[in-house]
Amino acid sequence: MRPKTPVVAWVSGVVVLLWAVGARPCVAQESHIGTLTGHAAAGKKVYRRYCVLCHGADGDGTGENAMWIDPKPRDFTLAVFKCRSTPSGTLPTDQDLFEAMSRGFLTTNMPPWLPLTRQNRADAVAYIKTFSPKWRTLKAGTPITIPPEPAAAIESILRGRGLFQKMECWKCHGPLGHGDGQSAKTLTDNKDNPIPPYNFSTGSRFKCGETNRDLYRIFMTGLDGTPMPSFGDDLKPGDAWDLVHFLRTLQPLDTPEAALWRAWLASHASDLKPIGPPGGGR
Amino acid sequence: MRAPYVAVVVTLALGTSATPLRPAPSAGATISGKITYTGVPPKMKPIDMAKEPSCAAQHTAAPVTTENVVTGLGNALRYVVVYVSSGDQPAPPPAEAVRYDQKGCQYIPHVAVLDVNQPLDIYNDDQTSHNIHPLAKQNPEWNKSQPIGAPPIHTKFEKPEFIPVKCNVHPWMHGWFVVLPTTHHALSGPDGEFSITGLAPGKYTVTAWHEQFSSLSEDVSVSGSETKTVNFTFKATLY
Repeated sequence: MRPKTPVVAWVSGVVVLLWAVGARPCVAQESHIGTLTGHAAAGKKVYRRYCVLCHGADGDGTGENAMWIDPKPRDFTLAVFKCRSTPSGTLPTDQDLFEAMSRGFLTTNMPPWLPLTRQNRADAVAYIKTFSPKWRTLKAGTPITIPPEPAAAIESILRGRGLFQKMECWKCHGPLGHGDGQSAKTLTDNKDNPIPPYNFSTGSRFKCGETNRDLYRIFMTGLDGTPMPSFGDDLKPGDAWDLVHFLRTLQPLDTPEAALWRAWLASHASDLKPIGPPGGGR
Repeated sequence: MRAPYVAVVVTLALGTSATPLRPAPSAGATISGKITYTGVPPKMKPIDMAKEPSCAAQHTAAPVTTENVVTGLGNALRYVVVYVSSGDQPAPPPAEAVRYDQKGCQYIPHVAVLDVNQPLDIYNDDQTSHNIHPLAKQNPEWNKSQPIGAPPIHTKFEKPEFIPVKCNVHPWMHGWFVVLPTTHHALSGPDGEFSITGLAPGKYTVTAWHEQFSSLSEDVSVSGSETKTVNFTFKATLY
């Protein structure tokens, strides 16, 4: 056994060297979006032209325009991101960042960056990842699995409504989803800036997408850096789809869920107990 | 040319002779003392839990106040974290978990002190949903909902950090996870007293941290199984 130890040590020494010299930083300086590979060096040029005025040269969200902007530009040095396919507290995938950049953030100053080529955007993603050391030591989280959506039915909507009550979504989002729950006015983000809960009655897209799958992902992963927690440990996939179906009825949109809900409500409105604190509220 | 050679030698040394030194937990020296303040501390604000009747009902006997400056008789200061900030030998974290409760819409204890990588179990004992949101910067910042009757959240933190914790649903709930790279730490009690035990002989720097009054440090040498007294006095500020 004894003579083996130095050999093992030598080999591990070489491995450590290789790792320290080159192998690892490369990973952090690249992004992989489908078959596209983005490079940080090219991304820096994109960033310096299009992103720097808000997000700042150091990526800390204090560019020249930042003082005029609310909500504030993202601080990339914290590596905390709202729109992820990965569990709360983990880094997003390159694809998540790419999609967020392409989609833009509704009700903020971040526009959709579709005028940039896909390669430009992939390069910018690679560069954004150089601002925080977390990208060098941690891997992106594993995206949550989203099972296929079951057909919307009134039973599913009603179960979802029960969950909206039970999970106390109404405390922030309000009994009718108007973003006016009892805690709404006190909410702050991780930089202590006020932040409102989503108001479903606007019928707008969500910050992290617009499909039912996006909606599922939003509450199952949480929006990190905001008061919106992850419900991934608390809701089973079936429950989560029920909640998605109910949330769609809160929006003034022509969705299948809203049609089912209106039809059911026409004859059952009096059966409904109001959402809100037990024995009270609206 | 030199640097790679040195790296290999270092790796060699680590590979052949790394056996962790760990002082026996029960034996050894003790550093104890009392935390006090001078000046006028801010008055704690009463918390109105009327919007959460299930929690308000638990506090009918004694009114609840904020806990960022909790004082006791004789100018005692509670919830001060006292820890060995230098001179300590690295040791594996304890296997037993630190328990953190959400009870009556308060964090109990207000400050949880734990080792790097020590298990932390977070319980919701209330008849309401909480979301537990450690606002970490060095460690991952996560935010999880914990509804009524949900199982405890088992977690740990890999890097030392003073992490403010909040519940966004109940804006008055504020607490701390203090994650330290040492097993030698204590939290001052209602009388301001603390005690750090099981120290190997040596020279240490002991630091006392308070969430509002910053921190104080002092160098202490201990030998054998003696008990050294170190008192810290914070200057109270209103803001």
